[in-house]
Amino acid sequence: MTAPRPAGTVADPVAQADTVVQVRGLTKRYNERITAVDGVSMSVRRGEIYGFLGPNGAGKTTTLRMLLGLVAPTGGTVSVLGRPPGDPAALARIGSLVEGPGFYPYLSGNDNLRVVARYAGVPASRIGEALLSVDLADRARDTFATYSLGMKQRLGVAAALLKDPELVILDEPTNGLDPAGMRDMRRLVRSLGASGRTVLLSSHLLGEVQQICDRVGVIDRGRMLAESTVDQLRGGTELIVAATPPDVARAQLESMHEVESVRPYDGALRVRADDRHTALINRTLVSAGVAVTELRRDERQLEDVFLAMTDHEPDRQEVDDV
Amino acid sequence: MSDTIRAELFKLRKRPTAWVLLATAVVLSQIFGYLIPYLSYRTGDAQTVGGNVPRGDVLASTLPDQLVINSIGGFPVFAGALALVLGALMFGGEYGWGTVKTLLTQRPGRISVLSGQLVALGAALFVGVAVLFALSAASSLGIALAENQAADWPTVTDLAAGFGAGWLVLAMWASLGAVLGVTLRSVALPIGLGVVWVLGIENLVSAMAGSVLTALRPLRDVLPGVNAGSLVGAVMPDRVIDPPPGVTSSVAEPRALLTLLCYLVVCAAVAAWTSHRRDVV
Ligand SMILES: Nc1ncnc2c1ncn2[C@@H]1O[C@H](COP(=O)(O)OP(=O)(O)OP(=O)(O)O)[C@@H](O)[C@H]1O
Ligand SMILES: [Mg+2]
Repeated sequence: MTAPRPAGTVADPVAQADTVVQVRGLTKRYNERITAVDGVSMSVRRGEIYGFLGPNGAGKTTTLRMLLGLVAPTGGTVSVLGRPPGDPAALARIGSLVEGPGFYPYLSGNDNLRVVARYAGVPASRIGEALLSVDLADRARDTFATYSLGMKQRLGVAAALLKDPELVILDEPTNGLDPAGMRDMRRLVRSLGASGRTVLLSSHLLGEVQQICDRVGVIDRGRMLAESTVDQLRGGTELIVAATPPDVARAQLESMHEVESVRPYDGALRVRADDRHTALINRTLVSAGVAVTELRRDERQLEDVFLAMTDHEPDRQEVDDV
Repeated sequence: MSDTIRAELFKLRKRPTAWVLLATAVVLSQIFGYLIPYLSYRTGDAQTVGGNVPRGDVLASTLPDQLVINSIGGFPVFAGALALVLGALMFGGEYGWGTVKTLLTQRPGRISVLSGQLVALGAALFVGVAVLFALSAASSLGIALAENQAADWPTVTDLAAGFGAGWLVLAMWASLGAVLGVTLRSVALPIGLGVVWVLGIENLVSAMAGSVLTALRPLRDVLPGVNAGSLVGAVMPDRVIDPPPGVTSSVAEPRALLTLLCYLVVCAAVAAWTSHRRDVV
């Protein structure tokens, strides 16, 4: 086992007070060949929106299933809302949508939620509100089988919200949604976070995660690569400078002590320097007789970081044109 | 668990296939129990029907005192097959739609969910048996009135025994469907296997054990269908004509009852054990 701590270790109680999900050395081995999750440790704090990132087959869904008690871990410890996974008392406070919505095709959206509400032990009066929050109220009387992909997904999210849950676990919630639906979903997730709920959301849509998540965990091939805030992960921003003649511009920039680094990129220069030095850089270049044709800040996208992290030799041989 | 049971009953009530199965059972029992015998009585003018059955007996077989056998005579085979289909649909269907994870992530634990589903299935069968008895009673009363015959109803004890035996037979078949649905995680395969078993293998083994291969008798006497037929055969009051296929006296009543209960308990336990320890993926 590759767990950093032996199974059964209890996390310290102080950290647990506002840690909603605590995972240590979690491992799932399906058989000799497939280790879906390999020694994953992560912690989700109360009230945050946590993004769980990883490429296809990274082990996101498997990890979320283990948090919900659907899949038994091979090793490691899991505590969700202070309880073991799948514990009824914890489940009652968790709303989840894992790997697509599962509903009865012969029941209407409304009736499907009635079944879920009964199982969850919540009053049927919550159904209307849940349907409204995903914008499905006007189709609630139609049978689930007649729903479009996006409508099915919305119903899944509505079901996850029925319990008025403390913790919401969403596995790729924007799957199948159109751009407006995605935007609505982002708003919904943000509003869940704003109302004090904890959201654990898996995705490979990095723009989405970048926009709404407080912290992210990056998983690849079953292993956790990083866990930090989005900003930390992205690192600083860069300044893109297009100027002629480029060699003079480059020499000038490299001579400035405010500039950390300069590298050519796509016919221009990428300059690493603090925000507040932008004007000074411009002035320096201009006074050195360089014609500046473009000067803009470029945020390093989460996508770049993600691809850099999860790009591995055996699987991908793409040549970067940097 | 009561929330689970109510949710499961709601699902069944709203499920068209459940009603199709009930309607099929009703139509079969009415046609073979009342319509065909009554028509052959009305339309025949010979003294016997079908070669050797006296006409009077054909009419008598549809009268109220034959209510028990007319209600549950088809249970060991035909209604049994339908009950097996219901069990397979109810449990196997959850896997095809991915609703297992939806149910298991709400609140109740796995054993609680499975028990609730089994209880709901049993309750639905209870309703089904009651419907079959009620409609049979209505038809036999109608025939008695139309033909100016006495409406002698079975005793309460006979009725209760027949009702209980009928329910147990259906519950046993349904639990076999359920355990196949859970272990195979599908609907089609359990139904296929179940129907081949109920309609094919049971008959084959019984027929062979009854004639050429008496060595097969111990095997025959533990088959679910043979025991179901024996229990039904044991609880029906004096009958006027030959009972429907599947009703036998191969196994003594206490043993048949015990065998069916064993099947029920073992199926429930295997289903519970399987769903308790399996990963839901
Ligand atoms: N029931 C199973 N049996 C065997 N292997 C499995 C099973 N479920 C998942 N796996 C394997 O575990 C690995 C992780 O799968 P998982 O579904 O967790 O990935 P994911 O990160 O959710 O991917 P995606 O982004 O495509 O949804 C994959 O290699 C997958 O093939
Ligand atoms: Mg997945």
